Amino acid sequence: MTTDLQPLRRSTAYWAVADAWSMVWRQLLYYVRQPTTILWQLGFPIVSVLLFVYVFGSAMDIGGGADYTAFAMPGMFAMTMAFGFMNTAYAVVLDKEKGVTDRFRSMPMAPSAVVSGRGFGDLLGAALDLLVIAAIALVIGWRSQGSLWETLYAFGLLLLLRFALIWIGIYLGLGVKNTETAGNLFAVAFPFAMISSVFTPPSMMPGWLGFLATWNPVSATATAIRELFGNPVAVGSSWPEQNAQLLAVLWPVLITAVFLPLAVRRYQRLSR
Amino acid sequence: MDNHPPVAPLDPALAVHTVGLVKRYGQVMALDGFDLSVRRGTVHGLLGPNGAGKTTAVRVLTTLTEADAGAAQIAGADLGSDRLEVRRRIGLAGQYAAVDEVLTGRQNLELFGRLFHLGRPRARTRATELLEQFALTDAADKGVGAYSGGMRRRLDLAASMILAPQVMFLDEPTTGLDPRGRAEVWEAVRALVGQGTTVLLTTQYLDEADQLADRITVIDQGRQIADGTPAELKRAVGGAQIEVTVADPAQLDAAEAACAAVSTLSPLVDRPRRRVVVPVEEQLGSLAAVAARLAEAGVAVEDVGLRRPTLDEVFLRLTGHRTDEEPELEEATR
Repeated sequence: MTTDLQPLRRSTAYWAVADAWSMVWRQLLYYVRQPTTILWQLGFPIVSVLLFVYVFGSAMDIGGGADYTAFAMPGMFAMTMAFGFMNTAYAVVLDKEKGVTDRFRSMPMAPSAVVSGRGFGDLLGAALDLLVIAAIALVIGWRSQGSLWETLYAFGLLLLLRFALIWIGIYLGLGVKNTETAGNLFAVAFPFAMISSVFTPPSMMPGWLGFLATWNPVSATATAIRELFGNPVAVGSSWPEQNAQLLAVLWPVLITAVFLPLAVRRYQRLSR
Repeated sequence: MDNHPPVAPLDPALAVHTVGLVKRYGQVMALDGFDLSVRRGTVHGLLGPNGAGKTTAVRVLTTLTEADAGAAQIAGADLGSDRLEVRRRIGLAGQYAAVDEVLTGRQNLELFGRLFHLGRPRARTRATELLEQFALTDAADKGVGAYSGGMRRRLDLAASMILAPQVMFLDEPTTGLDPRGRAEVWEAVRALVGQGTTVLLTTQYLDEADQLADRITVIDQGRQIADGTPAELKRAVGGAQIEVTVADPAQLDAAEAACAAVSTLSPLVDRPRRRVVVPVEEQLGSLAAVAARLAEAGVAVEDVGLRRPTLDEVFLRLTGHRTDEEPELEEATR
């Protein structure tokens, strides 16, 4: 044994950050090791948007002669963020199923890093996702008419939504039994992302469905970023549609406030 | 567990010492007052049928699961009050601890080295060192997904060895491996012990415990029901026995008489198999005496020999059931 194996002595706070960074580093290595993963994860949003824009697009009339592509692209951004929690949940349940989580839990690392590392790692992953789909959108012909700051703020709102959904993802991922049952979460994710203003204005839906869609956090973000990008918004006169900018911040904050503690609690209860 | 004061003094000189550990899952008592003493520098086998509480015991001792009552010390660190210190002194490998399958072997070890707070440069050197020690250098930069079962378990062992822990928990380390993989893991375990690490090994394979363990604790229904060296356990349920098989069934009575003369216990006669069995205390002398008497009486012998009960038989007599009878209780209740 040649290496000195005495662990470094640093403060608890130092390790909370350093260990979280090590966990993020692990996730970044995934992108290096499996660069195609990102395309698989983005497959659904990309295919569905191509479907809507090119297959149904010509039949889509959102009113006022607005360009459907310019309306649908921000929807695709929001939908990608909405589906992102599935990636989080899947990664969490996979680690749990394979015993990787148990290894972390048996080690003298900062316990918070397992959860916080996942959170920040997934946020970085989401930023990468956004880069890829924004590039695709640009190719299709989407443009932001907003200022640089408005554009950046819009992407910030998207990441804020994704950040909030990470905690739902961790919470659900720790709750399901295995990766097979995690697949069933799609049944939750699909209506959550689709019953929204992502592809069609809620005003064009039947009353009750439109009501759900207007209050959906995904709609708030989609509408808010359309306004910031200067894309067609096609909103009705309802309160949530008129206050999308506010809701695009409020919803994620509320979701985080509820699900971050729930996720941490569920992680701690693994020791029961 | 923090709320329960130790029910008996714990001995910090022991590698693992538990007194009265209790873990309840609903109505099921997974651990029901479990006591365990593991001496430093030994390989200690924890044996029991599925659902006996082996896995729960390991999960409690490695801080993965909290006990409802009882006290435990691992390498002198108190499990109830200082889990972080326990985690610094243990390694866990086997069923319930794994490596990342997407990363390479080297990346895995570097990641865990960083999380063991070695710092990045030492995490790297340590990874290289362990890869060499566990004969994984050639596969170091391949994804773990492409590793064989034996290689994966060795990487798993290496990951648990990063801080050269004082106590290593191996939870069924060879379950599901082919004979070659098992031999590889056994070799790695022996190397660990050579470095002074104490090993607590759970296994369903009795020959594995027989091969590796200095002492064995038998657990059933969450309690310790026997403890000793493999030889002691075998002796406890009956020592050696002499078995004589005769060629001609007519000579069974003569063989019975020859056997009866060397033992205080009466022989058992198995007529269909033409066999006489008698438990003996003084093994070699008794065997010689039986052989002499058989020759004197002119009994034509097909086979004669001294037999020891296998650990399987020991187990059957201690617990009343075989090792693989019950469904995995831990799985069902977790």
